[in-house]
This record gives sequence, structure tokens and C-alpha cells, in this order.
Amino acid sequence: MTPDLSKLFDPKGIIITGVSNHPGKFGFVTLHNLIVAGYHGALFPVGREPGEVLGRDVLGSIDDVPEGAADMVFICTPQAVNEDLLRAAAAKGVTAAFFAAAGYREAGPEGVEAERRLVTLADELGIALAGPNGQGVVSTPSSMCAQIVAPYAPAGNIAVASQSGNFVSAFLNLAHHTGVGISRAVAAGNAAVLGIADYLEWFTDDPETAVSLVYIESVDDGRAMFERLRPLAERKPIVVVKGGASAAGARAAASHTGALASDDSVFDGMCRQAGLIRARDVEEAFEAAATLATQPLPNGNRVVVVTTAGGWGVAAMDAMAGTTLHAAPLPHDLEAAVDELLPPRWSKNNPIDMAGGETRDTVPAILELAAAHPDVDAVVFLGLGIQSGTAAMMRAGEFYPEHGLERIVAFHERQDSRYAEAAAEISAETGTPIVVATELATAHPDNPGPATMRANGRVCHSSAGRAVRSLDLLARHAAWRRAREL
Amino acid sequence: MSLTLSEAESRRIVSSHGVVVSPFVTGRSTDEVITALADHPEVGYPVVAKLCGRAIAHKTERGLVRLQIVDEASLRSATDELLAAARPDDGDVEVLVSTMMAGNRELIVGLNDDPQFGMTIMVGVGGVLAEAIRDVSFRLVPISEADAVEMVDDLTTQSLLREFRGEPAVDRGALTDTLLALSRVATEVPGVCSADLNPLILVDGRPVAVDALLEIDGEEDSP
Repeated sequence: MTPDLSKLFDPKGIIITGVSNHPGKFGFVTLHNLIVAGYHGALFPVGREPGEVLGRDVLGSIDDVPEGAADMVFICTPQAVNEDLLRAAAAKGVTAAFFAAAGYREAGPEGVEAERRLVTLADELGIALAGPNGQGVVSTPSSMCAQIVAPYAPAGNIAVASQSGNFVSAFLNLAHHTGVGISRAVAAGNAAVLGIADYLEWFTDDPETAVSLVYIESVDDGRAMFERLRPLAERKPIVVVKGGASAAGARAAASHTGALASDDSVFDGMCRQAGLIRARDVEEAFEAAATLATQPLPNGNRVVVVTTAGGWGVAAMDAMAGTTLHAAPLPHDLEAAVDELLPPRWSKNNPIDMAGGETRDTVPAILELAAAHPDVDAVVFLGLGIQSGTAAMMRAGEFYPEHGLERIVAFHERQDSRYAEAAAEISAETGTPIVVATELATAHPDNPGPATMRANGRVCHSSAGRAVRSLDLLARHAAWRRAREL
Repeated sequence: MSLTLSEAESRRIVSSHGVVVSPFVTGRSTDEVITALADHPEVGYPVVAKLCGRAIAHKTERGLVRLQIVDEASLRSATDELLAAARPDDGDVEVLVSTMMAGNRELIVGLNDDPQFGMTIMVGVGGVLAEAIRDVSFRLVPISEADAVEMVDDLTTQSLLREFRGEPAVDRGALTDTLLALSRVATEVPGVCSADLNPLILVDGRPVAVDALLEIDGEEDSP
């Protein structure tokens, strides 16, 4: 049965234990983060020294919390006192607990015993137990940042569950960077009760979530995990990045097959079979999730590359080698239609290299032609922001705004914003994914091209290779679905 | 405890579940072998002869495989020699004679009981470099037809599966049928803990197992 995690992600009130005036302590930081992120519900800080912290009254005991006012408790107190605190919270109507507190399984034999007792107690009290030894939980629909560290994240529909708290932070930082937001994020900590599969089950039912993103380091029962995740992946995409993938992990085996098995090859096969979208690293995982969250799946693997200048197109073609993507020759009618819009020096092939021949409406028009063509399954658009780069130099130079520079700078910047908007609108209209890449996304994120992408909540990849890789993961997942008639 | 079935036993089991194995006969004496061969004209020369038994794991290392036997006289002397090479601790032995299969490309297909994921099935590029190249694709048993197709697609060395040195492209349908058949072996034969079809030779593009080893949980008198 799927545990009900609604009180963990959308509680009406939160009790925070271990709150003091010390701004370096977890209780203080958690209260601070909850207030600053604008949490919708009621906060009940509890500490040993009653008084005021961050303008909030600190209660001396959980007994002072009004009956039924909180349904989640966030535990940052030493291990020895936490069982009593959990009982007191349960008596007030709490049904979910996040244990940031350490001193459990990670802390030696005594901690193992404490964790065992905690699990039994939570079960007796009917409490959904997250952690212990985890960094916290984020939920943007409730504006909740119940974490002992930063950051919070923009709202969106990617849900994160991680066996490492650092990677929760990494994904939230990448959400800030790309503008593609987060619905929920949770660090599993020691996962004494709730593990990655439990969170994924809940995310799959969660209307605020479109795609799940998980970081996994260890798998206890791989077969059970496979059996649980496969039906989930059929319903909502799950992107997986695995730590420890390089460990040889070859098994001692009598058979040749056994000698050829390694942890990673078997895990990889499991992912392919279950329809889990496996990424190589954290950045690739986030960008795949961000693309899945905002773009339609391609109907096949035929890709048209559209570029304002040559080299980027070549890089995209190179990146497609070794993927499932295929840069097919341009369909004749598409070539003819593009030819109407560009001076004769354009490439007349795939990639569509405009060779700088575009005028005011050319880029959106070509994106539309390519994306709407029945023999094109996806479009890669490169060269966004180049004109605004020129504009930025003009704006910064001593001749601005004279010599007609003000007008041309405004035109260039407007154009790049328009291209970014067109890419989003056309992919939504046509049902064809359009991935966009420029190094300006990281080199000059304020350039109006990538800045508009970010403002519209769409990822702007920092290279053609990364855009192609995200698209390949989408295409592979789409093929997995088609092969199973999903 | 587990025990390794003889090649002949392993071949019969995988073959009964749909794996295509090279045509073969067995016999406990030279005369039995010759008689069996006469009854099975599909086992044509040139043939290979191997001494096999449950306790014999490394036939090649012990010189218990004779290749490229072209006529009955050579087969008789090869069979005599193989039976004479049996040691007392080899237990029950027999000589297996099968048609030599011609093909430049070798795959390996097998089953392995994984400590984390349970029974898995694998297809990989075979031959002497298999463990160096490690171009393999695993799935958890049982597999669907879509899984089998994707396993083959996942191999990196796709050029080996296309037209190759005058041999036709691999019959992908026949290869996925082999995988599905071995998956059925895992689910239908009680106690299977590993299997090797190694090598699986591509004969005119169609996979044929020329060796099979099945490892089964249990004691000497089963299955």
C-alpha cells in the first residue's frame, strides 16, 4: 500500500523541535527557511528556552501546541529525546515526521538500535517517518522549505527524491539556474522507513508532479524495486542517476554469463526494462527531467537541426552519433519551403544552417515549418542569443546610444526574446519537442535569449551536445512506450 | 548445492524450450555413437566430438573436444580416444557428436542469478574477446518480446549484427526468439541458477547454440 505522504508534503502546520536563538543550529535554520520561503501553514517552534526566535514565540513543550493544529513534526533534537517528542507530537494529531536528527544507523551499534526503536514507535503511532539523518523536505505548492540547509526552489512540476541530501540541493540549484521548477523534493536520509520507491509512488499520484527525478546510491532489494517502479514509469516519467556506477562490482561466478555481469550492467538493464530514464550525471539528469516536464515526447527519432551559423550544427550532428537520434536528409517540400525564406547561401540540407541570412521573422518561421512537418519528430535550435551578444558589446561601449546603436540593440534583444518564445510556443502547438542550446545559458545568463527561456520555465541547454543528449533520453523513453503500446 | 548438467542434458533442456542447438547425438560407446549417427542423418559431417558429463566442466582445457572430424573412421578413433581419456572421478560420461557449424560471428547468451535482482538474462558479443569487450545487455527474467528486441538493440557493436564478411545480417527475430526461449527455461525449469549458450554462432545470420551449460540447484540425482 502506498503510504500517505500528503502530511509530509502539504501539512497544515509544522512543529519544529530544537529551536534556539543560535543561528548556526538546525532548529533555527529550519525555522528561518520555512518563514523566508513563505510557508502557507502554521509554525510551532519548540525549544528548551521559551522566548522569541525570528519574531516567533518558541513553545517550551509540544504539549503547548494546540490540539490538531499541526500534522507534521520536523525533528532536529538529539537522538535521546526524540522518542518522547514523537509521542507528544502524535498526541497532538501529528501523522508525519521528518527526522533531520542524526545519531541513528550511521552512528554505530547504539544508533542502529535507536533507529530500530524509532521505526517501531512510528509504526505504533501511525506516523509516516522520513529520515532520519536527512536534510529535509521542500514542497512548492505549500511554499514549504523545511530544510536544515539551502536552497528553496522555484515552483514547477519536477519531484525529487534522493539518497543524498547534497543532490537535493544540486537539483534545486539547477532549478534556479534553468528556471524549470520543482514540485516536491525530499532527502531520504537513512530511509529507515520511507525509501525512494515510496516517494516515487506518491509522486506518481501527485497532481503537482509531471516527472520524478531520483538519485540512487544503493539498492537493497533490486527485484522488489524493479517490480514497484515499472508500473510507476508507465504512468509518469522517472529519471534516475546512480552513484557508484563505476564500481566494477563484477561477481565471482562459475558461468561466463556471471563473469560478464557487473552491478552497473545489471542495473542499467533493469532501468531499460522498467522504463526508467537513466542519466549519466546530475546535470544530464536534471536537464532530461526539465525537458520531460516542459516538452512533448517525440513520436520518433528523426531530428532537424536549425542553426543561425555553421559550427553549432556540425557539433549537434556529431553529438547525435552514438544516440538513437537520426538527422535525416531534409524532406524536399521542407527544403523548398525554407528556400523561400533564405538567401541562396543557406545549407540546403540538415542542419538548416541559415548562414546569417535570417531577417526579422525567419527564425520563428523556419522553426514552425520544421516542427510542423510530418516527417520531423524533433527540432534542435542553436545560435540563440548571438545577436544579443553583439548588442551587449554595443551597449557597454562608449558609442552607445549614439550612431543608431540604441535602436539596433533594442531590435537584437527583442529578436532573441522572440526566438525563445517562439521555440516554446511552436513546440506546444505542434507537439514536436524543440530543444534549444547556447553556451550563453551559462556564459551570459542575462542575455535576452537564455533569460527569456528561463523566465518561461524552459531549459536552455549550454551546448548542442547536452541538448542532443536530453532529446535522446526523451526519444528512447518514447520508443520504450511505443514498444509497449503505452 | 548446485550441479552443472552435462552438455547433452543442457542441450536437451534448452532445445525443448525453443533454443536452436546444432544437431547432435550421444553415445556411451563408439558403436552407440556410430549407430546414433546413422539414425540421425541431420547430424552431417564434418562433426565435432566431445566427452561430456556432469563433472566435466572444462572440456577444452582437458583436450576433450575434437574438431573437424570428416568421416566415420576418424570419428571412431576420436571417440575411442575420448572415452579412454575419461578419469574415474568424471563419473558417468558420454560422447556428444554434433555438426560443425560455420559462421564468423559468435554471441553469448546466458542466465545468471543476481544477488540483488534475481534471475537475469544476458546477450553479449561472444568469442575469445568477450570478457575484454564486455558488450553485453542484461534484463530481469522473465522478459517480454519488446524487452528482447531492446536487449539486442542495446548492444554497442551493431555493425556485427548487420551484413558482415559476406554473411547476411543477423535474423533479429530468431535472436529474440532465442532470448525468449532461454527466459522460459529460467521460469519453467525448477532450480535453474545459471546458463551459458556459449558460443551462439550466427549461421547464415541465424543463431545456433553449439555449446550449452545449465547449472541447477540440487543434488547429484536430480533433476
